[in-house]
Amino acid sequence: MITAPPEGSEPSPVSRYAEQGRARRVTNVLFRRPETTIAVVLVILLAYFSIRNSAFYSYANVVTMLQYVAPIAVIGAGEVLLLDLAEIDLSAGQVFLTAPWFVVLLHQHSVPLGWGIAISLLGCIAIGAVNGGLTVWLRVPSFVATLGTNYVLAGFVLIGSNDIQTDMVGTTGKFGAWVGISNWSEPACALIVVLLVWAMLKGTAFGVHITATGGNQLGAEEAGIPVRTIKIMCFIIIALISGIIGIFDSIRIGSLDPAAPGLTEMLSGVSAAVIGGTALTGGKATVLGTLIGAIVLGVLEDGFNLIGVSANWFILVEGAVILLAMAVNVQIGRATSASPS
Amino acid sequence: MSIDPSIDPLEAAAAKAPIISPADLVLRTEGITKRFGPLIALRGIDLHIKRGEVLGLVGDNGSGKSTFVKILAGFQHQDEGQIFLDEKPVDFHSVREARRAGIETVYQDLALVPALSVYENLFLNREITRFGKIGWLSNKKMKELARQHLAEIRIDIPSVEALVEKLSGGQRQAVALARATQSTNKVLLLDEPLAAMGAKESALVIELVKDLSRNHGISMLIIDHNYTHLFELCDRLNVLQDGRIVLDQNTSDTSLDELTDLMVADFRRRVEAEQQSSP
Repeated sequence: MITAPPEGSEPSPVSRYAEQGRARRVTNVLFRRPETTIAVVLVILLAYFSIRNSAFYSYANVVTMLQYVAPIAVIGAGEVLLLDLAEIDLSAGQVFLTAPWFVVLLHQHSVPLGWGIAISLLGCIAIGAVNGGLTVWLRVPSFVATLGTNYVLAGFVLIGSNDIQTDMVGTTGKFGAWVGISNWSEPACALIVVLLVWAMLKGTAFGVHITATGGNQLGAEEAGIPVRTIKIMCFIIIALISGIIGIFDSIRIGSLDPAAPGLTEMLSGVSAAVIGGTALTGGKATVLGTLIGAIVLGVLEDGFNLIGVSANWFILVEGAVILLAMAVNVQIGRATSASPS
Repeated sequence: MSIDPSIDPLEAAAAKAPIISPADLVLRTEGITKRFGPLIALRGIDLHIKRGEVLGLVGDNGSGKSTFVKILAGFQHQDEGQIFLDEKPVDFHSVREARRAGIETVYQDLALVPALSVYENLFLNREITRFGKIGWLSNKKMKELARQHLAEIRIDIPSVEALVEKLSGGQRQAVALARATQSTNKVLLLDEPLAAMGAKESALVIELVKDLSRNHGISMLIIDHNYTHLFELCDRLNVLQDGRIVLDQNTSDTSLDELTDLMVADFRRRVEAEQQSSP
């Protein structure tokens, strides 16, 4: 253990850096925050759509918008954990779609909804564990491992449903309101999940260890961090939260389409994470940015619907926004890392 | 000075070594041997570090010095021989065990996480939390302790909240050293602490190492193949050749010339041996 230096030694030079203009520090912090770009984009979009259509801020439209945002935000928050680890989960969108199918299939075998949901979520945990195990123990790159699980799950849904559109298990009363019938239950669920993920990543040792594992796996291992357990845990978390929001989403909509593309759903989440300022290479993650990114994607989809622009245009503009936000992010990153810190 | 190959270098080293009381020894190894298949990397290493001493271990590539360090750090296990800490026999099967026993290793700045801040790196996997192990991080407390510790060992870092990726090479090495000295430890192993560093950066790290040993009494083993660095950093030098220690002298009793002669003689011997074995 370090003992205090003997008397008469020089004072520490650490304080030399303490004096720095407060204003400069504030602007620095603002520009260095990876979320800044996407927040600016969001403000511009909100302004644009509210000018184009006065109904933009109506209760009904805000609800619709939040329902677009909810799944993207949750899957995105899950992907942030994996991107922070320098991994990815391509099956998250398919888990989102498959979890309610589990519930329906169980219901066909007369398992009540509550139990069906519980068992389905256990299934999601198992899928996450398989993804994690494939990546960590069998050393299959997560990109490939989760792509495999994605197709296995998609096939399972097609076979189990005979490729026929099915109604989601109906529900009423208080329980039904809580799990998706009410306008607010899906967005509220998404908000809670995203906040929990944010708190975990920012405020706990587990979160720091995720970033450490993604930023320098060998160094993390040397510090005694159980990197394999951490990775498996993150695969389980994303599968679980994707399943939860999937069940909420399907109960709200009321029907299930077996041919729905899980990869598209997953890519929306990854896009939200990436335009929000999360790096694909690990060690740099922001849940807040991802939430803003998800809102941007939701606002775009809803806004274009509202002002009557065709869905084809929406795809094009979404692509342009992603490219623009990324280009600005990279340039700001380069500019700030060049300046002395 | 020339080397007479007929004299067993081990005996020569033993004859030269001064008599030390066991209470002064923080680390000692006895006959550490390591084989990799037919290759013998270490042929019985006897080495000791006194309390507060900075010992330099010199050796060319392939001399076995990195194998030896890996054994001390718990990365690998010796085939034969014994390590003593404070004269008690110890046996490591993992880096964590070695660390718990008090041997901390600094691998340049490689163990730091660039995307985390200075204080997060200092407290990596020994975070201070409020409610148990999975509890909420006490960032304020960690920052405060980090500042205190850096001030104690007089490390000059802009802010403990700065990301490590924004620091210079010398500053990163300083953070790595700060982390290693933060926990209770007996011996610090430094693997090429000045590698890939400019003159100014090197000076910073040399100053820090000297200060740690002089003012904080930390015992260190420094591995390097740059003699000039080692002469600046160390109290005593051991030279490793072909898995044996062939020289053990105080830095003040030896010279760059002597070391160079030793290395050249070894190089000649090896070249001659190679010529004889190939027709």
